[in-house]
Amino acid sequence: MKLLIKNGHVIDPANGIDKVTDIYAENGEIIEVDVDPDLDGIEMQIIDAEGKIVAPGLVDMHVHLREPGQEYKEDIESGTKAAVVGGITSVACMPNTDPVADNESVISYILTRAKEAGYANVYPIGAISKGLKGKELAEIGSMRFAGAVAVSDDGHPVEDSGLMQRALIYADMFDIPVISHCEELSLAGEGTMNDGAVATELGLKGIPRSAEEVMVARDILVAEAEGKRVHIAHVSTRGSVELVRQAKKRGVKVTCETCPHYFSLTEEAVRGYNTNAKMNPPLRTDDDVQAIKDGLKDGTIDCIVTDHAPHHIDEKNLEYALAKNGIIGLETSLGLGIKNLVNTGVLTLNELIEKMAVNPSRILGINKGTLGEGKAADIIIFDPKKEWTVEAAKMQSKSKNTPFDGETLYGKPEYVIVGGRVLVNQGELM
Amino acid sequence: MGKINLLGLEDLSAEEIINILDTAEQLKSLLKSSRKKAQHLQGKAVINLFYENSTRTRMSFELASKYLSANAANITASGSSVQKGETLIDTARTLNAMSADILIMRHSMSGAPHLIAPLVDAAVINAGDGMHEHPTQALLDMLTIRERKGDIKGLKVAIIGDIYHSRVVRSNIYGLTKLGAEVSVGGPATLMPKGIEKLGVKAFNTVQEAIVDADVVMGLRIQLERQKSGLFPSVREYHRFFGVDDNRLKYSKPDALVMHPGPVNRGVEFSSSVIDGPQSVIDEQVTNGVAVRMAVMYLLTMGSFLPKED
Repeated sequence: MKLLIKNGHVIDPANGIDKVTDIYAENGEIIEVDVDPDLDGIEMQIIDAEGKIVAPGLVDMHVHLREPGQEYKEDIESGTKAAVVGGITSVACMPNTDPVADNESVISYILTRAKEAGYANVYPIGAISKGLKGKELAEIGSMRFAGAVAVSDDGHPVEDSGLMQRALIYADMFDIPVISHCEELSLAGEGTMNDGAVATELGLKGIPRSAEEVMVARDILVAEAEGKRVHIAHVSTRGSVELVRQAKKRGVKVTCETCPHYFSLTEEAVRGYNTNAKMNPPLRTDDDVQAIKDGLKDGTIDCIVTDHAPHHIDEKNLEYALAKNGIIGLETSLGLGIKNLVNTGVLTLNELIEKMAVNPSRILGINKGTLGEGKAADIIIFDPKKEWTVEAAKMQSKSKNTPFDGETLYGKPEYVIVGGRVLVNQGELM
Repeated sequence: MGKINLLGLEDLSAEEIINILDTAEQLKSLLKSSRKKAQHLQGKAVINLFYENSTRTRMSFELASKYLSANAANITASGSSVQKGETLIDTARTLNAMSADILIMRHSMSGAPHLIAPLVDAAVINAGDGMHEHPTQALLDMLTIRERKGDIKGLKVAIIGDIYHSRVVRSNIYGLTKLGAEVSVGGPATLMPKGIEKLGVKAFNTVQEAIVDADVVMGLRIQLERQKSGLFPSVREYHRFFGVDDNRLKYSKPDALVMHPGPVNRGVEFSSSVIDGPQSVIDEQVTNGVAVRMAVMYLLTMGSFLPKED
């Protein structure tokens, strides 16, 4: 399989490329960039990318694929189809499956199923603790050797600070990052949305920002004391951004991520008891949205991830307090990034690609987010000026729990290439 | 004519609230008559769907519907719809299929009636949703105040107690401020929700500041389980700092009304001397509850809370 992408504006931050040029790929690998290859007489697929952006496939390091165990919400095939449609060619999936991905068998199963599905590359994340119970370390080394790229108890905080300390030390031995879901449960209490005036008005119990920030501070201090690294998941508050900013200045090995909803929406979206605006951490305020944008701009926040959390309609079409936390995001993240970060001058397109492809690859230690010669041909082509409308009913994900249904976004991927295979062709999933 | 609901006083205009109160005043005469039967709801089916225990509100709605000749039925579901095994939406659909005209709903979760209202043909009355609203309680409070004080406009109303968890306070804030009253709330800081001032009230952490010069002093029930979750240290300490006794009541106007949505914890929110004293209108509130609920149900079946144009 030979592929030539012609005349596109190639943005490849990992290799410092930002110009109109051609890319030639063969047998799933990028052979040449920027040099007009001698291709006379070779039969190949040619994609004319004139006027469009050609970028490395996006890497989403925080996704819930729900398989094994909750295939009624999503499975590896439907989730990776959704990823590909959204321009995400690699996903790292969280271990809160059933059974929990806390051992090498489940990690291997996920990798096997991903290979059978054949859409996005899947990188499993193993559990920090057995059964996500926060009591004993899971077999992190064995999971690493089975293919896990990180460990996390995502969905649950590691409440025991001593266990977190040992997880950071132990995981470091295998050079695998620990991703921390920061939530102090005694502060979160029975809260179901951000604490403040809107919660008061709606009569919903609030989750104070301190519930997140106390744990961000703890993880930073533990990582600092041990000289180990920690990655903070789904940062949502001004205080968390500031804690990470100060820690980075001190040289602490901390990285962090945020999600499109934390720079696109506020707690106002909950009005009307909208369960598609219910997630953990909760949507915050305008001031937090501004702080998240500032953190993205100055490099405090390393990555944009989706926290893609599919839930069946029966788990959302409920009393607000009973509805599950989380929204799907794989098919809207690039569009939201362009609309709310690039078009508003927060990030350049180049920086957006860094946050959505280059940095997550670096943190996970995977060979993605690059169009370097000899690397896998994971490539996306999109027109960031071209509008499109979110239609939840037509999404690839099995679940449709998005607060962005009907919203106009920009830059839907027209071509998505994974390992040299064109999986999205002229906007259509193959 | 589209159906209307009563989900909260946030949604009503001053004109609609006044018309409900006027209608209630007229219908109240029925309660004093020897034959308590009128035909306003003849042929209408009214269902009481209560997911929380309630004596007075459920009985008040039931009698109100019966006094107006409706066919009334009650469902008391203990615990949440999930514990029952059927979703709230499915329960509502089932009731809808039985041709109810009015569905009165109480639920422990804020927003529950808002979930149901668009899915059923019946007009939905919120009889209390979580910590959100309890509109008929606020309407009966306003009817009681108006009867005694003539006009709500310009009055100073102080509401004391567990503001955080109270749906009564939220509905009263919406209703009273729309009719031009000045509302202050008082209670322990741990039971004061953030940003309550944005609803147009003043918030205080002492009873004295909250009730000074008040025309109305309303107490809210303190749930004893709040003490167990660490929101205040003891009932004794609550009463010491936030209970209203004869001495504290003197900070308000001499003819201030003493009100409480009930059931009262004697010696906690109010001393017995205040509850049983000359300023107390607590029993009148209960009577007005029936009147207001008759009015609301009648107007719902008429399709508008606005006065009829002649």
